[in-house]
Amino acid sequence: MTTVAERDESGPPGAAGRPLLSLRGITKSFGAVQALRGVDLDIMPGKITALVGDNGAGKSTMIKTISGIWGPTSGEMYWDGEPVTARTPRDADALGIATVYQDLALCDNLDIVQNMFLGHELLTHRLLDETEMEKSARQTLADLSVTSVSSVRQLVGSLSGGQRQSVAVARAVMRDSKLVIMDEPTAALGVSQTAQVLDLIRRLGDRGIAVLVISHNLSDVFSVADRLAVLYLGTLVSSGPVTEYDAQSAVELITTGDRSQPADAASPARSTDIDPEG
Amino acid sequence: MPVSSPQTPPSSTTPDRGPAPGIPPHAEPGRLAGIPMLERTPNSTFGQYLTGWAKRIRYGESGVLPVVGGLILLVIIFQVQDSVFLSAGNLTNLLVQGSVFVLLGMAEVWVLILGEIDLSVGYNAGIGAVITAILAGSQHNFPWWLAIAAGMLATAAIGALWGVLVIRLRLPSFVVTLAGLLGLEGLLLYLVNAYGTGGTIRITNNVLNDITNGNLSPVAGWVVAIGSVALFAAATILRDTRRRRSGMVAPPMAITLLKVGAVAVAVVVLVLICNTNRGILVPLRGVPYVVPIIVGFLVIFTFMLGRTRFGRYLYAIGGNAEAARRGGVSLGWNRLWAFVLTGFTAGAAGIVYASRLGSISNNIDGGQLVLYAVAAAVIGGASLFGGRGKMIHALLGGLVIATIYNGMGLLGLAASYQYMATALVLLAAVTIDALARRGRTAN
Repeated sequence: MTTVAERDESGPPGAAGRPLLSLRGITKSFGAVQALRGVDLDIMPGKITALVGDNGAGKSTMIKTISGIWGPTSGEMYWDGEPVTARTPRDADALGIATVYQDLALCDNLDIVQNMFLGHELLTHRLLDETEMEKSARQTLADLSVTSVSSVRQLVGSLSGGQRQSVAVARAVMRDSKLVIMDEPTAALGVSQTAQVLDLIRRLGDRGIAVLVISHNLSDVFSVADRLAVLYLGTLVSSGPVTEYDAQSAVELITTGDRSQPADAASPARSTDIDPEG
Repeated sequence: MPVSSPQTPPSSTTPDRGPAPGIPPHAEPGRLAGIPMLERTPNSTFGQYLTGWAKRIRYGESGVLPVVGGLILLVIIFQVQDSVFLSAGNLTNLLVQGSVFVLLGMAEVWVLILGEIDLSVGYNAGIGAVITAILAGSQHNFPWWLAIAAGMLATAAIGALWGVLVIRLRLPSFVVTLAGLLGLEGLLLYLVNAYGTGGTIRITNNVLNDITNGNLSPVAGWVVAIGSVALFAAATILRDTRRRRSGMVAPPMAITLLKVGAVAVAVVVLVLICNTNRGILVPLRGVPYVVPIIVGFLVIFTFMLGRTRFGRYLYAIGGNAEAARRGGVSLGWNRLWAFVLTGFTAGAAGIVYASRLGSISNNIDGGQLVLYAVAAAVIGGASLFGGRGKMIHALLGGLVIATIYNGMGLLGLAASYQYMATALVLLAAVTIDALARRGRTAN
């Protein structure tokens, strides 16, 4: 049986379980290079979907397509069952899609409040309403149980990696985003800070927010994700609940685009070939 | 400023984060080991505030302290060398001398915040002065305010031109404005030779001359001084009190009062000095008009940078342009306006420069003026790397340069020494900036 047959995205979007975002036949070409070759994917509200794949598999292309950095070459996007286009970051923002990039897009010279409201400042009488912004920022951080920052008026440049990640996530949540896309959120973090961020991702899901996480770290993926989607050379080769995979089958899918055996009957002969953390 | 917000007790807003210093941090969910808990409450005490302040200094946010300290040091040195330095006449003269450096520094701050530079401000200032002088001269007889408006609009337009070249064509501002420096020098020579006599255009309009040569009457000086201190005190105390009451991060009352007190003392001393008779044959007293003008620019520009979205965006673009872009900030328009404001402010500096000399001539050294402008901003605390800089920095840095210029002149030292001393101060300022940055990234 082919892995494609396991996909649960067949049929019209919005049929059962009502996905928040459905991608149908998304392609993206850069000149002669086809970075995405007809990707179908459903993202469920309140679920954490991990998008995995080797370097060059098209993960970044895909999240940039969803978040409106560029439009797809072809294919459809459905938001809550409605066909939509997100060709600019503003479009995606209006839909409720927030993206936390790997570089976090924070201004080190601004404080936490200023960063959280960057581009979306609250105004009274056309002037910055610092009081409301500070209250709202503090409330959001408290709701997410981000308690490790001492003062919301601290410069972001003085925060640790995990704290910076928290600020970037809080910024996404504060705008009532329904889908938060995170690119390698734990790539640069130590052990305790990784735990802090995974905790935060979990809480986003608990609040009914859909999360799409790109990660290279399979142990993170398995500890936090509800669903897994595997990209291989621009094609979505497999997706489904994370319980249908184990580390070995995931690695096989990532590296070869195929899995020789179903996950529950993984061939022991191949289990030692690949380091799942690689 | 909205004052009408009905203040309910702090419990109504964020019941779990209110001013209750006793919350055990360990009781909160989601807190993980290894992350330091620093001070918890927004309403810190005096001691806590000082600690937080010390921390900010370590992160490179040293504020204006180094330059204020340096300024005091310079004043002491010059006063020891020559007791005339602290005389009323010399100090007033120093303020007027410094006004050009201060305004040029303010012009430069707009683009320095973006991480750009404008090398043309010196000659752009000259262009503003020339246009104002021509229009206010006997040929055209424009009223003074129309001549000033025309001069500053012209320099703002020149700034806009640099902005368009930098933003649309993505040329480095250094090169664009270097070309601007040369081109505007040429334009200035052309205009002065075409409209002036003997390479000079005299300022005949009394109001224009009085900008730097006229004084407020002593009584008017006091009225303006007391009025502005009262406004500053009211605004500062009101804001900090409101922030404290609604549980925001705010300095303790003692710091607020200290700040207000320091400003009040500085203003009173300034007016006292200026109101002392400094005339030799006829009595001469009062605050030069240029001083309240500079303060006006300082207040308006500081307000624009600190309280408006535009100002916030300039800092964001200077700090991380990509982050600002992703947040939906229009990079082009905001950067363009910064270049326009640089040109506009440079025009004001040029008019003050011409007022002080009573004329504008073709031997204005715009190349040296721009170096003083950048030096003023950087000495004061603005960063050449973008993202950091305030208008008060240009004020303090401009005063430092004027102090060196004036003090060395008093000591009869040649220009060679003045340049070398300014160079040393500039190097010291840049070193402090670079060390502060390193300290920040190391943490």
